[in-house]
Amino acid sequence: MEFFWTYLWPLIVILAQSVLLLVVLLVAIAYILLADRKIWAAVQMRRGPNVVGPFGLFQSFADLLKFMVKEPVIPAGANKGVFLLAPLITCVLALAAWAVIPVNVGWAIADINVGVLYIFAVSSLMVYGVIMAGWASNSKYPFLAALRSAAQMVSYEVSIGFVIITVLLCAGSLNLTAIVEAQNGPYGIFSWYWLPLFPMFIVFFISALAETNRPPFDLVEAESELVAGFMVEYGSSPYMMFMLGEYVAIATMCAMGTILFLGGWLPPVPYAPFTWVPGIIWFVLKAFFLFFGFAMVKAIVPRYRYDQLMRLGWKVFLPLSLAMVVIVAGVLQYGHLATAAMK
Amino acid sequence: MIAAAFFYLFAGILVASAFMVIASKNPVHSVLYLILAFVNAAGLFVMMGAEFLAMILVVVYVGAVAVLFLFVVMMLDVDFAELKKGVLQYLPVGLLLGGIFLAELLLVVGSWVIGPGVPKAITAPIPTGISNTEAIGLVLYTKYVYFFQISGMILLVAMIGAIVLTLRHKERVKRQNISAQNARTPEMSMQVVKVRQGQGLGSNSVDANSTGSAS
Repeated sequence: MEFFWTYLWPLIVILAQSVLLLVVLLVAIAYILLADRKIWAAVQMRRGPNVVGPFGLFQSFADLLKFMVKEPVIPAGANKGVFLLAPLITCVLALAAWAVIPVNVGWAIADINVGVLYIFAVSSLMVYGVIMAGWASNSKYPFLAALRSAAQMVSYEVSIGFVIITVLLCAGSLNLTAIVEAQNGPYGIFSWYWLPLFPMFIVFFISALAETNRPPFDLVEAESELVAGFMVEYGSSPYMMFMLGEYVAIATMCAMGTILFLGGWLPPVPYAPFTWVPGIIWFVLKAFFLFFGFAMVKAIVPRYRYDQLMRLGWKVFLPLSLAMVVIVAGVLQYGHLATAAMK
Repeated sequence: MIAAAFFYLFAGILVASAFMVIASKNPVHSVLYLILAFVNAAGLFVMMGAEFLAMILVVVYVGAVAVLFLFVVMMLDVDFAELKKGVLQYLPVGLLLGGIFLAELLLVVGSWVIGPGVPKAITAPIPTGISNTEAIGLVLYTKYVYFFQISGMILLVAMIGAIVLTLRHKERVKRQNISAQNARTPEMSMQVVKVRQGQGLGSNSVDANSTGSAS
């Protein structure tokens, strides 16, 4: 009986929480995908998906069904094991990142001390899905796409890392809950880190676009150059898993931006009617605001050329974020001297 | 009990994948097994309570170093199967050498006399109440700050060396100068010409500067 309460019961609780999180997340992803297509359509003055269900609300589920009942085709020259492992890795890693993301006070499956590093580590592993898919397909376009993406994702990870460091310096913790709590100030929306660390917020947003291979940085699957990039040889369920992994990664980046810069579940005005709203609603609203930014960028910005992309990453963002780390650390360490001198 | 089970799980997969790194025929598979080994080592770090090290191991080795590794191995056009044909055949010799090396190591370490104060200094207990990351930071940036700086300098020198060795500017390659491009004004690159009917451009011919090339 003791064995049950010390080992099995926590396991059951964690399993139940994980299943709940996955279900909610996947349904949310289905509608994020729909929202993406609808926003994109609205910008181009089209209607977007509007046939399946009212306003096309069941479009994503219809797509899911279609992908699942299709026949998966594996090319004869492909390396079968790695070919099928690649979409699995993409999908599983993307979902694994959500284990530590707190959407409200204490609403995380694992509220670990190194939460930020965990998400950073998991998102740095996402590149393997692309590389393995590109190599295992044994085809030219996927291979070129894999080489491009490896360079792109590694480059932008560097600047994301420095951006995260500036936030960590201000918050003084690697725990995601503590980072949100550190932004809980008397000025509400103006106490969140997007204002004091403003250039870093922009750098984070753009790097997140590059990290998740979203337009204008979707050179991995630039259809005019590489057909469909690393996904050329994929169809049916494996393709769906890539798609799912991509959108979950986007949702993760939106959640990260919310936690690091937009105060997580904190209300924008820390007074009565706003504090009654549950934190998760604020969190979802903020994350969706960021996602709306992602979708609008996809709709209105033309694709970058590859050398411009590399230049932006290494020659603009890296020095800028590196300088900001030094400046933020200097202000935190010696800022009190300046304020004392002013008096 | 649970901890022991997880230890053997991670350790078992680690050793098995380390073996597969040298045993697998395809070099790309070798690198993938190496990555698996890294990830399992990170799992072992987590079990020891060194969560920061575990995450850094994944970020640095798996997320960056192994990616470049995979990158290079994927592009190599060497028939590794041919090269590695005899690996398992020469395994006994390798094992013998490894065994001799292990025995020597054991002899050296076994006869090592450790000063009475040293073990205490090495295994200084992490102060309770602060996290693993904080504890590392407190030691690394105070007691070992010079070593930390020196290792950073060594890496910087290595990086500069690599850049100096490989960077060459080809004269005939056209490059985009983005600041020059952004500094261009309509006056610099555009000329409004009134064309008279039946005469064409005539004497108002467009000069070479205005063809609109991005220098």
